[in-house]
Amino acid sequence: MATKKAAKRAKNHGDMTMLQWKLKEMRQNWVAYLMVAPYMILFALFTIVPVVLSIFISFTDFNMLETPNIVWLKNYVTLFFDDDVFLIACKNTFIFAVIVGPTSYLMSFLVAWFINELPPKIRALVTLVFYAPSISGQVYLIWGTLFASDSQGWANAILLEMGIIETEIAFFQNETYVMPLCIIVSLWTSLGTSFLAFIAGLQGIDHSLFEAGAVDGVRNRWQELYYITLPSMKPQLMFGAIMAITGSFGFGGIVTALAGFPSVNYCAHTIMHHLEDYGGQRYEIGYSSTIAVILFLIMIGANMLVKRIISKLGT
Amino acid sequence: MAKLRTRKHKVVLARSAGGDAGISIILILLGVFMFLPMYYVVIQSLKPLDELWMYPPRFYVMAPTFKNYRDLFTLMNISWVPFSRYIFNTVLTSIAGTFGHLLLASMAAYALAKIKFPGRDLMFQAVQMSLMFNATVTAITQFILMSALGWLDSYLAIIVPAWCSSLGLYLMKQFMDTNVNDSVLESARLDGAGEFKTFWVIAMPMVKPAWLTLIIYSFQGLWNAGASMYIYSEQFKSFNYAIGQILAGGIKRQGAAGAAQVIMMLVPITVFVISQSNIIETMGSSGMKD
Repeated sequence: MATKKAAKRAKNHGDMTMLQWKLKEMRQNWVAYLMVAPYMILFALFTIVPVVLSIFISFTDFNMLETPNIVWLKNYVTLFFDDDVFLIACKNTFIFAVIVGPTSYLMSFLVAWFINELPPKIRALVTLVFYAPSISGQVYLIWGTLFASDSQGWANAILLEMGIIETEIAFFQNETYVMPLCIIVSLWTSLGTSFLAFIAGLQGIDHSLFEAGAVDGVRNRWQELYYITLPSMKPQLMFGAIMAITGSFGFGGIVTALAGFPSVNYCAHTIMHHLEDYGGQRYEIGYSSTIAVILFLIMIGANMLVKRIISKLGT
Repeated sequence: MAKLRTRKHKVVLARSAGGDAGISIILILLGVFMFLPMYYVVIQSLKPLDELWMYPPRFYVMAPTFKNYRDLFTLMNISWVPFSRYIFNTVLTSIAGTFGHLLLASMAAYALAKIKFPGRDLMFQAVQMSLMFNATVTAITQFILMSALGWLDSYLAIIVPAWCSSLGLYLMKQFMDTNVNDSVLESARLDGAGEFKTFWVIAMPMVKPAWLTLIIYSFQGLWNAGASMYIYSEQFKSFNYAIGQILAGGIKRQGAAGAAQVIMMLVPITVFVISQSNIIETMGSSGMKD
């Protein structure tokens, strides 16, 4: 290993040290730094600094009023061993992520793939139908009307008419229904940015690849999908995966809007809600930062898993 | 052009009729699921008040009326700050935020994807990781930062953070990786084009679908933004926030609420339709190269 490295270095940059070589590379590519600078400076200021600070704050008992003390891992210990609601939140988040993450991802990809061969005008119309729910802001509140707790709600009216139920069901105040309904609503809004990225990615594939594939014996659309389409759009697939992971593990907004906060008996309480509870309402910033760090680690773990799966595609 | 390509495609590749039928059925079922609630939103906004509270609720309107829309405009006119100001605020922040983001993120993504320089992997990793960190927690440190910069209660507090959102850079980088051909860039450089020119003239047209996607995404996010914790003066607040205030008036404003919902969603959808037609044009012209 070491000799290989040394040989490579000797071949590449004569007798310069690694540092000299890096400096030379940096000087040569000064334009690149100029190009990334505006974005990166702002990004560092508005994202990196706050994130690093939050990680640091997770080891303190900062509550916006008193001088913070460093408490090391106390927040983490409390979170895992002394906070029953957090465990409920973890359970709900995982149920949610396992159902909605892969489903929305597959749905986005398959729909994008299905409509890819339609004539352009029809494709644009179909795209609009599928994409409209996620682009329209808080339009998902209509589900609150459809599943309203009184007989003006469409679901209740149908069930009453058909004689299936005697009295109205308060869908969003009932532990049995909140979670499944919120899952349906979030699937309804889930054909979002990754869906568009998939459509754009599919259109960017070089068509000669498909023709070459047909010559090489690709027999049907599924083989074509596996051997040509998927490997050609790995970066877009990765983008979609990140969107699915951040969307499904960071889920919470729809529950708050439809079922209130907190939901009945914490039945749809997610990690996200727990974090907002401590950060936005109790001002226990140290503790809520701890929750954010844990959520961050979970997402990074999921991301690594997905990356491994995607890198194996088409091989 | 695109049509011709599809036909050529059919000759080369086997597409089973059963598969086509199955796919069509799935698409239609999913399409109905997606479409019905949206349709209901529009229908609700056209119902007169007595029909809104009718049992059983109907999926059609008997006496469609624009009264709800007129009510909404009346309500807008009696607001304390002129309503046009809220609209102006949202339009300004949406446009400035989106185009600033498009420019900065594309430029950085080009350098990260197409120029090999020390530190680029680290930078990209940082952007990718940041997508997974929760914004509620960082909001507090960002608030402190905003107040240190003196940007609280100004447009800058909304616009500038939108410029450096992680998602756009990530999207552009992924597309620069696949859709921009290195040999084309290389020949442009040999012809004496600088990196900025190569980026703008060669690379950007090749990733048009990506930046149209970015525009849609960024615009709808800013357009739908409600109250911000950085803004407390009424005259800087957003359209969405103002609508929310109007509609907090209870049951008698239910009709106006439906109308507001439709108006709010119409703008991002229009932006989407315009950019989609552009994507289709790109498709057509790229077909000519074959």
